[in-house]
Amino acid sequence: MEPLLEVKNLKVIFNTMAGVVKAVDGVSYYIDEGEVIGLVGESGCGKSVSQLAVTQLIANPPGEIVGGEIIFEGQDLLRYKADSKQMRSVRGAKISMIFQEPMTSFNPVFSIGEQIIEPLMLHLKLDRQAARQRAIELLEQVGISDARVRVNNYPHQFSGGMRQRAMIAMALSCHPKLVIADEPTTALDVTTQAQILEIMMEMTKKFRNSLVIVTHNLGIVARHAQRIYVMYAGRIVESGSADDVFNDPRHPYTIALLKSVPRLDEERGRQLIPIEGLPPNLIDMPPFCVFKPRCSLASQCIGESDPELRQVGDNHFTRCHLGIKGEPSGNIPR
Amino acid sequence: METSPDNTLVEVKNLKMYFPVTQGVLRRKIGDVKAVDDVSFKIRQGETLGLVGESGCGKTTVGRCILRIYQPTSGQIILEGQDITKLPRNKVQRLRYKMQLVFQDPYGSLDPRQSAGSIVGEPLKVHHLCPDPQEYRKKVEGLFTLVGLNPEMTNRYPHEFSGGQRQRIGIARALSCSPLFIVCDEPISALDVSIQAQIINLLQELQKKLRLTYLLIAHDLSVVRHVSDNIAVMYLGHIVELTDWKELYENPLMPYTQALLSAVPIPDPRVERKRERIILKGDVPSPLNPPAGCPFHPRCWMAIPDCSKQLPQLRQVAPNHMVACIRV
Amino acid sequence: MVGTSADFVPQLKTQYRVSESRRFFKVMFSRWIVIFGSVIILVLILAAIFAPLLAPYDPYQINLVESIQQPSAHHLLGTDEMGRDVLSRIIYGTRIALLVGVIVVTVSGAIGMLLGLIAGYFGGWTETIIMRLMDALMSLPPLILMLAISVMLGGGLKNVLAALAVGFMPTYCRLMCGQVLSAKENDYILAANVIGASNLRIMFRHLVPNVFPPLFVNITMDLGFAILAEASLSFLGIGISPPTATWGAMINNGQRYLFTDPLLSIAPGMAIVLVVLAFNLVGDGLRDALDPRLRGRI
Repeated sequence: MEPLLEVKNLKVIFNTMAGVVKAVDGVSYYIDEGEVIGLVGESGCGKSVSQLAVTQLIANPPGEIVGGEIIFEGQDLLRYKADSKQMRSVRGAKISMIFQEPMTSFNPVFSIGEQIIEPLMLHLKLDRQAARQRAIELLEQVGISDARVRVNNYPHQFSGGMRQRAMIAMALSCHPKLVIADEPTTALDVTTQAQILEIMMEMTKKFRNSLVIVTHNLGIVARHAQRIYVMYAGRIVESGSADDVFNDPRHPYTIALLKSVPRLDEERGRQLIPIEGLPPNLIDMPPFCVFKPRCSLASQCIGESDPELRQVGDNHFTRCHLGIKGEPSGNIPR
Repeated sequence: METSPDNTLVEVKNLKMYFPVTQGVLRRKIGDVKAVDDVSFKIRQGETLGLVGESGCGKTTVGRCILRIYQPTSGQIILEGQDITKLPRNKVQRLRYKMQLVFQDPYGSLDPRQSAGSIVGEPLKVHHLCPDPQEYRKKVEGLFTLVGLNPEMTNRYPHEFSGGQRQRIGIARALSCSPLFIVCDEPISALDVSIQAQIINLLQELQKKLRLTYLLIAHDLSVVRHVSDNIAVMYLGHIVELTDWKELYENPLMPYTQALLSAVPIPDPRVERKRERIILKGDVPSPLNPPAGCPFHPRCWMAIPDCSKQLPQLRQVAPNHMVACIRV
Repeated sequence: MVGTSADFVPQLKTQYRVSESRRFFKVMFSRWIVIFGSVIILVLILAAIFAPLLAPYDPYQINLVESIQQPSAHHLLGTDEMGRDVLSRIIYGTRIALLVGVIVVTVSGAIGMLLGLIAGYFGGWTETIIMRLMDALMSLPPLILMLAISVMLGGGLKNVLAALAVGFMPTYCRLMCGQVLSAKENDYILAANVIGASNLRIMFRHLVPNVFPPLFVNITMDLGFAILAEASLSFLGIGISPPTATWGAMINNGQRYLFTDPLLSIAPGMAIVLVVLAFNLVGDGLRDALDPRLRGRI
């Protein structure tokens, strides 16, 4: 079966006064229909930029997509220009995005209802009555009570959690095949986060769309994603099923990341082991492995070149010269 | 250092902080935002009390009241046995060297026009602690080293440092006058995951080395559990559960605490699949209009009619375990 | 969602930060028109300093024999009704212009900003009183206000400068107050408070250095407007008394001969236009260079 979306060797750069920043440096991944994948990494690793490239929302200047293919439903989206009719018909209708900041993602001068109705009328060619009805249904489905009344409310009248729900409703309104959620819960409280993720999963099951969760929070992808891609310095350093990546990590960065995060269920005495050093400089990339300066296993590393992704298990890849095996994440008591 | 016989350094008694809501040109008061509504706890010297809760619960306000940034509406704040609640501003400023604050935002909490060394050394200047310039310079460099920064960077400006480094500058500033008590207000939530561990370790090291007492305000329960001796859970201005870290995790009694714990994600798919999930209904009510009786009852699955009638008091149900719930 | 072309620039790490001053100058002088303005100001300053060397004649020397001469090899811009060389008067006029500009802006800026700082920092009744005072001053059209004060105090250089300063002050006060009100909310101000800093220290060590730069744009532009204001007052006859060579007075004098010898008024008029334009352009360039949104935008 062909994957719904296949990204091959995507490269995105930013032209700055300090030099050319290689924000995304040869990223390849895929997602099947109905799948939920997680794209994890810290700030600056390129995860958000790569998703913006898929929908061609990268401001040019200073950003530029300089290589790769984005094959969605058999078509290479990069063949179309960012403001072309084809891309506009894809955005919102076939691929939609949910952003981190629900406050600024909505236009404050239009009601929430108006903003949900807009794509419905544009993409699904519904008339205003029908679109409004559909908007109310959607708001009810995402758990907003009194939807009939609240559809006329303005963004500032909604709480953070409710705005994010409305954002989900808007993203799903035209039955997209792929939903990209970029840090959807980072700005929310932990109980609201659980609610929002629950709704997103329910909707995904109901509408049978694929979901990409981009986040730095390892926990939420452990709970909800089937496959994980770990990114660092603009590339994918490890990929595999959630079980594989969390319980059998094969890249020093993944291992280090898991060791540096406290777990709610572990022995308290465990010392958190931070990743030494600073995040990488994306302008002057070294010719060898970009993680080497911070890698605790650097002394054992014989490879001089930039490692390629190689297979270490069933659909489990790592970008590391060493054939290391990590321990399961944290120590599991009892 | 003076402490009471049971070694309490900081005590908060029945703290209330109400912010008036005004309307109209003449600023008529129409109500109060009850940010903190009758909160009491003690922190012993050398300990860490973790204060957790979600937005609007009042935890940040509690920290600021203790530091006398706000003037509490009522209640008492006792530092080293001294009641500092009603002291006038100039006296409070003179006590400042004893209690300090580490901020959440490493970008906004440092004056962009001040060099890092000047930021760290400013408390020394303000309290006239190091008149000799040579000694001052050495002290500042010493502080840099203490927090893991290169002492040659004292002339650089904040924008030349990374987020984690700026947080270290903030911590160095808090330590410069050798305080007894530090309020850490979300010290790591604005940092990258891999840097968070560096700062958590640093804070713990410093606590051991300098015998500091911390009030850690955070919303990340995993971190709070890792670092705190005791944990207080807040909801809408009230403490709903107060106990030690072990007990809180193994035996949470208040339904809100249980929901909070179940919502914290654990980076392990096998564990996650087996976990019980409590998904709360609705949103946190506004502190302008809190529900009658127990603030949590509209969202509580164990609520009975009595829950809306009276505000549950924090009572002891086991040694060092207090809960504010009538159903427990 | 549809049609969004959002401006997503990644949060690049501080290691990429180009030196602030390099970036500042690059943005500032990226437009030729700003360079043009800067050159004019440079010429203005040089003319003022080297006036005695540059001016072919003494601007005060009356020579009735040569009155109202057309431009010639001897007098490049002709002479006025008293036989004084127009070009020399314009060159010497730069001194008054600069003097007026600098003094008025410095005085009004200093007082206005101080009042604004106090109002913004302390808030409450202090803010209300100061701001309402400024409102009262601003309720009159500035030129009328300056005119009235000038007339009240009488003419002469000092009184004109005082009148102008009062006219320009409220804007600075307002701007400063607004800036302080928002800058006050920053964490680093709270931090200064928490470490025990006094109000004075917070105001002058922390607020002023951060709040002042945006006001610098106003100061630059107002240098030009102060010159214009003085010229207006002089034109109306209330300004600096003759025979001092100010451009405004020159325009006034030349009024009578506007149809026969327009150059007598047009020449000083052009000087004013050029100078005010120059300050505006430079102020514009400064505004772009100081724009915080461009910082980190790289």
